[in-house]
Amino acid sequence: MSKNSPTPGQEDELQLTSTLKRAVTRSLPLWISSLQPAELLPTVILWAVATVVTGALLWLLSDVFWHGTGQISWEFLTTSPSNAGRDGGIAPIVVSTSLIVGVCMAVSVPLGLGTAVLLAEFASNSSGLGQLVRLSLDVLAGVPSIVFGLFGNAFFCKTLGLGFSILSGGLTLACMVLPILIRSTQEGFRAVPEDYRRCAAALGISRTAILWELLLPAAMPGVTVGLLLGLGRALSETAALIFTSGYVDRMPESLFDSGRALSIHIYDLAMNVSGGEPHAYATALVLVGFLVLINGTTSWLAERFRQSKIFVL
Amino acid sequence: MKNLRILAPLSIGAATCLLLQSCSKPPSAANQSANTPQGKLVLTGSSTVAPLASEIGKRYEAEHPGVRVDVQTGGSSRGIADARQRVADIGMVSRSLKGTEKDLQAFTIAKDGISVIINSDNPVKSLNARQIVDIYTDKINNWKQVGGLDAPITVVNKAEGRSTLELFSEHFKLKTEDIKPDVVIGDNEQGIKTVAGNPNAVGYVSIGSGEYAATHQTPIKLLPVAGVAASITNVSNGTFPISRPLNLVTNKSPTGLTKDFIDFARSQQAQDVVKEQYFVPVSQ
Amino acid sequence: MALLAAAIVLLIILFLVWETLPILQSIGLARFFNDSSWHPTSEEFNLLPMLWGTLLVTVGAVLIATPLGIASAIFCHYYAPRAIANLYRRLVELLAGIPSVVYGFWGLVVLVPIIGRIRPPGASLLAGILILTLMILPTITLVADASLTSVPPEYLRGCAAMGLGRWATVHGVVLPAASSGLLTGVILGTGRAIGETMAVLMVCGNVVQTPKNVFEPVRTLTANIALEMAYATGHHRAALFVSGLVLMVIVFVLVIAAELLNRGRIYV
Repeated sequence: MSKNSPTPGQEDELQLTSTLKRAVTRSLPLWISSLQPAELLPTVILWAVATVVTGALLWLLSDVFWHGTGQISWEFLTTSPSNAGRDGGIAPIVVSTSLIVGVCMAVSVPLGLGTAVLLAEFASNSSGLGQLVRLSLDVLAGVPSIVFGLFGNAFFCKTLGLGFSILSGGLTLACMVLPILIRSTQEGFRAVPEDYRRCAAALGISRTAILWELLLPAAMPGVTVGLLLGLGRALSETAALIFTSGYVDRMPESLFDSGRALSIHIYDLAMNVSGGEPHAYATALVLVGFLVLINGTTSWLAERFRQSKIFVL
Repeated sequence: MKNLRILAPLSIGAATCLLLQSCSKPPSAANQSANTPQGKLVLTGSSTVAPLASEIGKRYEAEHPGVRVDVQTGGSSRGIADARQRVADIGMVSRSLKGTEKDLQAFTIAKDGISVIINSDNPVKSLNARQIVDIYTDKINNWKQVGGLDAPITVVNKAEGRSTLELFSEHFKLKTEDIKPDVVIGDNEQGIKTVAGNPNAVGYVSIGSGEYAATHQTPIKLLPVAGVAASITNVSNGTFPISRPLNLVTNKSPTGLTKDFIDFARSQQAQDVVKEQYFVPVSQ
Repeated sequence: MALLAAAIVLLIILFLVWETLPILQSIGLARFFNDSSWHPTSEEFNLLPMLWGTLLVTVGAVLIATPLGIASAIFCHYYAPRAIANLYRRLVELLAGIPSVVYGFWGLVVLVPIIGRIRPPGASLLAGILILTLMILPTITLVADASLTSVPPEYLRGCAAMGLGRWATVHGVVLPAASSGLLTGVILGTGRAIGETMAVLMVCGNVVQTPKNVFEPVRTLTANIALEMAYATGHHRAALFVSGLVLMVIVFVLVIAAELLNRGRIYV
């Protein structure tokens, strides 16, 4: 965190998250209030909820860890699967997954951010366009993944002639991720105080500059959540990818090759291949590791971006 | 510094776009040259056959470096549809062809039996055909009626249209509408997990997966059908009564690469792959 | 560009209609609600029990996950020490990316036998609701978390100046101020719950019936498609696409209902 920030007051305004927490923790009359029943009860309930949720989630994760760690080795990460995935490793599958998620994000992030900006900043919320798009996004968010898969197969693979390929898979995923990305980003923009826009406008800053230097950094919490949820969705999708990016576990040579995603590999090993369970767990563990890496990087980059921008002011 | 931060994502984006555009068209389907097979072969269809076909494909690729075999799943009906429309060179179907599908040609590459499974905590040793029919139609709903413990029976059935359900109901002369299931499942492994987790469940699965699970510490056991023990060996020698063929189907008589691959899949060279995937080789 | 989302929705609906047209023309839509049962291979196509299945599982999961998710977000922001809050957030982020297969598999191997011991067969509406709750919890929590982050700090200072306690602040000021974001989280979560296929298929039991209590198995419309698509041909296949179409209609109705309910109430 930067120590040479202009003035304490300015820092307070800009460092929303930390200020907010500090303000609350410091200034609330904690000791008195926590003894009152009306304050004590919610505190207890919230801690209990957090414990229960953590418990359930850790139960699931530890199950994967417990069964998966024994199988993981350098060899597992660097060789191709053999004997239907019971033996060998998952190298080509990791590569295919990265490519699929890469295509998905390369398409959906610019599109999603663009749409969100357009909706939040340039179209009024109650306008026909805004409502129509919001409605379709919410509907899109509820389309079952298997319908996305069948649709992707008919549209990208057959109509557009891309065949079973990483490209078809990535594009289908992009359709799935768009609503998550746009809606959370939109929320982020909505949360930027109106004053920022007015001040910037009063200073005669161009709209692009306002957007890039001010609004986007300030909306970053929402954007980050959109990205994290989108990435998570893309990495975890099975049903949509079976019909689009396919089942081939060879190392992909181009984006037009079919490539198996980690989640499909897990599904196939757990549900379709007798004796595939150990490697299914191991693959799930690799996926979790992958997620930790991607989530960490995304959050860090987003935070860096926000800080780098907002202090330039 | 700051410019770099802006430029980096932009240039990555631009590079991606260029990459996407410069990628060539996918190679055309099968190259029909008979002597030195070359090109790409696309198989789609049954998820049961897919791991097997995929492994056979890998072995074939190893022997014919110019060939690529791409195996895709999506279910038997997709295999039929794709083979018929020639979207795929070969369809994979985990049942025998129906009357309306006689325009296609089927080549059996392996067989698969179906056996009744129960939890290994269940003391019941065998069920006769009458009892199985009564259990599945809910006339018997407690294990004590067939010599087991006093516990309600959980009937595990397959989803409508699945070939294991069709074979099972055909063999026991059951009508699918009369079956009263407590749990409906899709894949074999789901059935095995369900029965393994419920001491009072009864289900039926593919013998290969059943036998593998039973011999690898999964708490299930396979019941004999009509007095014949459920095992891969008994399916292989033809004594086990319920079995289905795993087929490769083509639109016309196969030629060139397609024919070469199908012949390879049915030859001695592929038999050990079939066994490794817990299916029954077709005796030739 | 903004219309792209609308275009995709339109394309998907067109695609579904195209696939269902043969069966809708030959037997009509009414039979999907009037037939005696669902036996597509013998031309009986009643979708109603599955419609109930989908609704019950979704409503159950959303009802449980919404308070848990929002409570989690509040916990992260106003109650937990910084380190715990960060850890908790990382954990929830992680769970957003776990494949539904893993959830389903865990449900099948761990959760279903436990429920089965209470009341067989175990694979039930309850199992489906619990698994879905876990799956949509990250979505609701993270979106709620982001919207709490953006509550203007002035509000909080105002509360502090008035000597309000934490809960009074959260309940009286923060939640109303963040309501739009909270609602978005719930909508995205509901979407995920309605559209979820693999996990539900593995734990719900999939028997086509209208459940009388939470221990009875149900089949959802999505599970119906995934279970039977593999072997379906002709009318059976088209009927499965009708499942998809009906599901889209439900989503549409729900979205519009949410929109109407909240019209003018979001910006308090």
